[in-house]
Amino acid sequence: MTEHYYQPDIECASREQIKKWQSERLVKQVRHVYEHVPYYRKMMEEKQVTPDDIQSVEDLHKLPFITKDDLRDAYPYGLLAKPLKDCVRIQSTSGTTGRRVVAFYTQHDLDLWDDCCARAIMAAGGTNEDVVHVCYGYGLFTGGPGLNGGSHKVGSLTLPMSSGNTDRQIQFMCDLGSTILCCTPSYAAYLGESINERGLKDQIKLKAGIFGAEAWTEEMRRDIEKSLGIKAYDIYGLTEISGPGVAFECSEQTGMHINEDHFIAEIIDPNTGEVLPEGEKGELVFTSITKEAFPLLRYRTRDICVLSREKCSCGRTHVKMSKPMGRSDDMLIVKGVNVFPSQIETVLLNKGYAANYQIIVDRVNNSDTIEVQVEMTPEMFSDSLGRMEEREKELVGALKAMLGIYAKVKLVAPKSIERSEGKAKRVVDKRHLY
Amino acid sequence: MTVKQISVFVENTPGKLAEFAKVFYENGINMRALSVADTKDFGILRVIVDDVYRAACVLKEAGYVCSITKVLAVAIPDEPGGLYHVLDALGKANINLEYTYAFNARNKGKAYMIFRVEDNEKAIEALTKSGFRPVCQDEF
Repeated sequence: MTEHYYQPDIECASREQIKKWQSERLVKQVRHVYEHVPYYRKMMEEKQVTPDDIQSVEDLHKLPFITKDDLRDAYPYGLLAKPLKDCVRIQSTSGTTGRRVVAFYTQHDLDLWDDCCARAIMAAGGTNEDVVHVCYGYGLFTGGPGLNGGSHKVGSLTLPMSSGNTDRQIQFMCDLGSTILCCTPSYAAYLGESINERGLKDQIKLKAGIFGAEAWTEEMRRDIEKSLGIKAYDIYGLTEISGPGVAFECSEQTGMHINEDHFIAEIIDPNTGEVLPEGEKGELVFTSITKEAFPLLRYRTRDICVLSREKCSCGRTHVKMSKPMGRSDDMLIVKGVNVFPSQIETVLLNKGYAANYQIIVDRVNNSDTIEVQVEMTPEMFSDSLGRMEEREKELVGALKAMLGIYAKVKLVAPKSIERSEGKAKRVVDKRHLY
Repeated sequence: MTVKQISVFVENTPGKLAEFAKVFYENGINMRALSVADTKDFGILRVIVDDVYRAACVLKEAGYVCSITKVLAVAIPDEPGGLYHVLDALGKANINLEYTYAFNARNKGKAYMIFRVEDNEKAIEALTKSGFRPVCQDEF
C-alpha cells in the first residue's frame, strides 16, 4: 500500500527540524501564558521559573506540572489564554462538577486539531476518494467533531452519523459505500457482529477503521479486522490537549505517532515526577505548544505508556507512543466515558448509602457494562420491597446524572465486599484491557 | 393488638437462605411464620418468631441487616371463604395491603393471616368492626 501523508513535510521532517519547531514554539508559548494567564504565572512563580529560564525544549523539565486538579481549580475560565471573543468553540469531557474538563478553541486551534485528525485519516489510507463514516458521538464529546473536521480537511465525503441506531448505521454504510469507519473499538466490534448476523458483509465497502476513546487489545483488533474485513488503526487523544488526533497509528501498527509539532511528549515517573529516559514505562505528559485558547504546559495525562523514536517504516519521524498500559490514577473508561470511583462514592453518600461499595466493570458482547455493588445498611433497609426498589431506581437515576451512562445497581449483604487491610477494593475490571 | 415481625436482607444467591436458617437453628430460635419477597439480586425475609428481641440480636450479631415492623395477625377459620371475609372487610375500609402472607395455627381449624398496612390503627378498627380480632404477640 502506498503511504499517504496529509502534511508530508511536517510528518516526515528531520528530528532536528522537529526539535527546532518545538523549541521555538515552547519558548513563545511559555512567555504567552506567563503574561496572559495569572494561574500559570502563579504556578511558575511558586517554582521560581521565569520565561527566561525556558530557552529550548531541553528546559521543559523546569516547568511545573499541571494536573486535572488544577483544571478543576481553574474551572471554567482560569486557564484561558485568549479573550473569549477570540474563542469559537467549547468541548468538554463527560463527568459532572469537579471532574468535568472544559476546553476552549480559537478558529486557529480548530484548524490545527482538524489537521491532526486529517493526518490520522490519511495514515489509515484515507484520501478525497473516501467516504468517512463517523459514528463517534457529536456534541461536547470531541470524538465526532474531531474526525469530522479531519475528514473535511482530507476532502473525503463525510458522513456525520454520530453514535447509536445500529440499523441506520449499517444501512448508510451499505447504501453510501462508507470506506473508513471512525468509532470506539467496542462499537466497531458490535457493528462487525451485526453486519455478519444480517449477512451483509459483502454489501459493505469498508477498508479501514480509526478506533479510539477507549482501551482495546491486539486480540480485539484482530477480531474487528476479521469481522469487518478492514485494517484497524488506533487513535489517541484527550479533550485537555485537543481531542482525538494527538497521536495516531500508521500502517506499521506498532504504536501511535504523536503530532510533535503541536504536542511535546514526556514520560515521567508518576511518583517522583522525574523525566524518564526514552523506552521506559511511565506516565505520559503533554505540553501543547501551538494551542492558543487553552494551552497546557506539562499536563499529566495519568496514562501509563512507553515512547519510542525507532525509525518507522511508514516514513514518519514523529515519536511513537505505545497503547496506554494502565492509569496512574483510578480513572476508568467505560463506554468511552471517563468514570472516577469518587464520583460514584459521592452519589452513594448523597443518597444515604454507606461508602462500602465495589465497581464491577466488564465487557459483554463487546459492550462495556458497569455495576455498582452497594452494601445494605440498616438505614437504607425496608421491609417493603416496593420501597427498596424505589430507592434502587433513585440511585440508578442519580448515578446516570453524575456519570452520563447507565450503571446497574446491586444491593449486597453487609460486609460481603472483600476488604484488604480494612479497605474495600473499589474497582474490579474484568475486561483485562491492559 | 399487633405482632412484631423481623425483616431481613438476604442476597439472592444459592445457600444464603440456608445460612440464615442456620443462625436460628444454632440459637434455638423457632419460626412461626416465614415469607420471602424477592428480586433478581436480593430478597427480604419476613419472619415471626417467639422471642423477637433475641432473634433480632442474634441476626445482628451474625452481620444481617434487619428491622422490626409491627404487623397485624388475624385468626381466620381454616375453611373456604375464610380469607375472603377478612380481605373484604379491609377492602371496604379502603385499606391498602403492602404485603400479606398466611400460616396455619398449631391448633387445628385455624389459620393466621399477616397483614402489613400503612395505618395499623385504622385497620384494627375496620377488622374489629367486622368481627375479626387481631391477635397479640403472646397469643402465638
